[in-house]
Amino acid sequence: MEVFLVSLLNGLVYGMLLFMLASGLTLILSMMGVLNFAHASAYMLGAYFAFTISQHIGFWPALIIAPLLCGLLGAMIEMYGLRRVHRNGHIAELLFTFGLALIIEKVVQMTWGLLPVPYRVPAGLDFPLFSIYGTQFPAYRAFMLLISLLMFGAIWLGLTRTRIGLVIQAALTHPDMVGALGHNVPRVFTTVFAAGTALAGLAGVIGGNYQVTEPAMAFTMGPIVFVVVVFGGLGSLTGCFIASLMMGLIQTFAVVLDYSPADLLRQFGIIVTSATPFHEVLTVPLPRVGALLPFLLLILILVFKPRGLMGTRDT
Amino acid sequence: MSGGAITLRGVEKSFGATKIIRGVDLAIARGERHAMIGPNGAGKTTLFNLISGRFPISSGTIEINGQSIHGLPAHQINRLGLSRSFQITSIFPRLSVFENIRCGLLWARGYRYSFWHLLGGARALNEEADQVLERLGLQDRRNVPAGLLSYAEQRALEIGITVAGGADIILLDEPTSGMSHSETEHAVRLIRSVSEGKTLLMVEHDMNVVFGLADVITVLVYGEIIASGPPAEIRANRAVQEAYLGSEAA
Amino acid sequence: MSADTTSTAPLAAARAPALLRRHWLWLAAIVLALAIPWLFFDWSKGRHSGFALTMLSEIGLMSVFALSFNMLMGQTGLLSFGHAILFGLGGYCTAHTLNAAKAGLFWLPVELIPLAGGLGGLVFGAVFGYVVTKQRATAFAMITMGLGELVAACALMFMGFFGGEGGISTDRVTGQSLFGIEYSTPWQVYCLVVAWTVIATMLMRLQTQTPLGRMANAQRDNFERTQFVGYDPRMIRFYQFTLSGFFAGIGGALYVLVYEIVTFDTVAAAKSATALLAAYIGGAGSFLGPFLGTIVVVLLQSGVSLISNAWLLYVGVLFIVMVMFAPGGIMGIVARHEPIARMGRLGELAVPYARILPPGLLLVLGFVTLVELAQLATIGSAQNKSLAIGGQPIDPHNGLPWAIGAAMLVAGGLWMRREARVFRARWDALMEEAKARGLPV
Repeated sequence: MEVFLVSLLNGLVYGMLLFMLASGLTLILSMMGVLNFAHASAYMLGAYFAFTISQHIGFWPALIIAPLLCGLLGAMIEMYGLRRVHRNGHIAELLFTFGLALIIEKVVQMTWGLLPVPYRVPAGLDFPLFSIYGTQFPAYRAFMLLISLLMFGAIWLGLTRTRIGLVIQAALTHPDMVGALGHNVPRVFTTVFAAGTALAGLAGVIGGNYQVTEPAMAFTMGPIVFVVVVFGGLGSLTGCFIASLMMGLIQTFAVVLDYSPADLLRQFGIIVTSATPFHEVLTVPLPRVGALLPFLLLILILVFKPRGLMGTRDT
Repeated sequence: MSGGAITLRGVEKSFGATKIIRGVDLAIARGERHAMIGPNGAGKTTLFNLISGRFPISSGTIEINGQSIHGLPAHQINRLGLSRSFQITSIFPRLSVFENIRCGLLWARGYRYSFWHLLGGARALNEEADQVLERLGLQDRRNVPAGLLSYAEQRALEIGITVAGGADIILLDEPTSGMSHSETEHAVRLIRSVSEGKTLLMVEHDMNVVFGLADVITVLVYGEIIASGPPAEIRANRAVQEAYLGSEAA
Repeated sequence: MSADTTSTAPLAAARAPALLRRHWLWLAAIVLALAIPWLFFDWSKGRHSGFALTMLSEIGLMSVFALSFNMLMGQTGLLSFGHAILFGLGGYCTAHTLNAAKAGLFWLPVELIPLAGGLGGLVFGAVFGYVVTKQRATAFAMITMGLGELVAACALMFMGFFGGEGGISTDRVTGQSLFGIEYSTPWQVYCLVVAWTVIATMLMRLQTQTPLGRMANAQRDNFERTQFVGYDPRMIRFYQFTLSGFFAGIGGALYVLVYEIVTFDTVAAAKSATALLAAYIGGAGSFLGPFLGTIVVVLLQSGVSLISNAWLLYVGVLFIVMVMFAPGGIMGIVARHEPIARMGRLGELAVPYARILPPGLLLVLGFVTLVELAQLATIGSAQNKSLAIGGQPIDPHNGLPWAIGAAMLVAGGLWMRREARVFRARWDALMEEAKARGLPV
């Protein structure tokens, strides 16, 4: 029971972190048609920026400055890079962001080194908030949850209460119609791209010290965020939200539940030994499959339900 | 077999809550040149998309050469002997004009997904493609990438791709739209020659083209057929004049 | 492939010069490939340079892989982010086959071993292709990425087939050969790699001229139209994917023959990315583009990585520059000169080209200086590396080298902008003229 509760909380924290990344990517992908490979790179940059800033002026300014820096970078990438590549089609845009992701990883390696940097939870939040059945729940995780909930609220307000938000909403379901609305399309695109990148940066700031801040973090996080976006379905932020939480919970619980198919078979009286065909597949414990689950899901979704959970459009 | 090339019975199509095609019955005889006219938004192109299998129908039946196309994907309907062109030119822009035509021929000549034939050695196939080019009057442009052709040339090329395989039912969606007067005349001559002995169904807005080419004209208004018959009859039909032709026919 | 088999011997003899004229490029490439190692031959010790042979072998096997990748990207319009799984699985199949042959389970000459990799690639290509070819465009890119990650994770998880982190080691000296060759020296293996590279490249070239190859192009240009000429675009993608798996598998087999080990790196995303970079930089739109691109990428990889860790950064920047300014890659740039060459006025571009060369070099030099300084300051110092130019040690924590690098970058950039304008004017004028003469531009 205690394992269940703690895992549930951890899964929520991780899921909300995923949502901060995935919401920006969904907006960018649905509106601009760009599968932004560099999105997780912004997450990584957010973490590294926050690390450096917090070394000099502290964590709290970093919480504001690092995402802003990422957003600025995003705006510049959109204005000077993507817009130029746009006329060569979506695949060219995708390749462009892919190249960016490669370069950012190398630049990060050169600036901060190959090894993980000691980006730590701020001292003010480094205490156990409460404990359930003897397992402590760190205050920082509660803080992460709080930040991501605030962010979720801000996105929701921004989309439903502002003019540009309404344009974005319209564009999510009918991307060809944005131009017809008489709005400055390039500016809307830049705004969305910058905002999405800033969100990813913020996720990096609060996620970098929760996980590990290292040059490989973008390439491990990137594919999982893609899975969430596809799973949630294009054009649906609600779907994206549900998918993020599901993915967070699935991955957290998979780590905790130490069972394998062989254990299941034992219930039916079948004992798997090293002589059994495919015994390697049957004895894989669930925690090890946890890393595979997102990709299995991605493939199954794309093959059987390309519109995702709540999507209104084909991928 | 009923002898009809295309038979529609009670065909309906809805997009969401909107009914675009509202119960269409139509029989097109073999060898007939049939034109479909109607105001914008009448559902002509939608009907084309239903007959060619681009969209599934909501209810009713469509038969091609006596066979129901229910549930068949577009490529299988094509293999039944029905070929179509598109309102917005649809060609293979990066392939040469000659390659475009040859792609239209490959399946019909039994090459399927072969990776063991070399096209360079397929003499009969290449000669046939060249003959089609000649009929289209595009032999000078043979090796130009199709995307670099002029608009009228691209329209002609698309007709070429459509008829190359020898389908006996040809659907042309606004083949002369956007063309100048002389280009239209050229296109009409082309359509007349390539549809010789075949069943032709076309959507067209240019009334000179329609009355010059068609044996039978069907008038579609708001997803329903309000009249169908030989040109003279349609011209005299009061309902058609009111609903659609107006002063244009006078 | 079907060929005209009715020709009689004298006719064939008469055709020989014509054949030579048509296929001179192939012959020249083979001669060159076999000649280059001798430039690095160590005459005093009487043996080949291992480094040169490994690099050339790498070019051979990676170009087969990049060309097979381009069967999807350039020819079918399918961008795969997981193509390495076919390369790597072909490699694993080869390693197991080689080990079985060595153990005496069956007799299989080393010359035919690449077929084992090819068949492995073909089978896995068919299995995976059945799933992934349901999609195209962006969704295809995503699903292949997911599949790539999945297989890479499996490679670390299942010891039996993949051997875990250590991979599968093998020994190419099985003593089974059609020609009595041992394949104990790098030179012998290199010759085998050249032979199979040529065979695979030729087959892929021929494949572009088949009905399937042509319909793959058609599917790329306009997938919907292919349905209305009788083809199922999904089946076109499926067959093309499967065949490309065959060739990727041959590439993987050559990898195993050269390195005698196959690890999970061969199925990993980075390997897929290398093929993508090579194909795009060389030019996905032309058949030989990926080959050229592989040469560039492998030279940068092997050459630069000797002195610094930054090769991927250079390749990445080159890639981005290509995506932004030359979507046709190197071959695309060459092809754009065609109308000017046809007018016989290529010479007029010599001076403008000569004029953009110095600022271009300055720009590159400034960029390289900054990159090398940056990585010397972090990664280099962690590895106790140091840099010296002309015996003078360079300290990356000193401001002066940075200032010089930045100055070169800025000056080169400004100068380049001015010269580029001159170049542009000349180029546009020539293009106008070509257009006026009715040449396709």
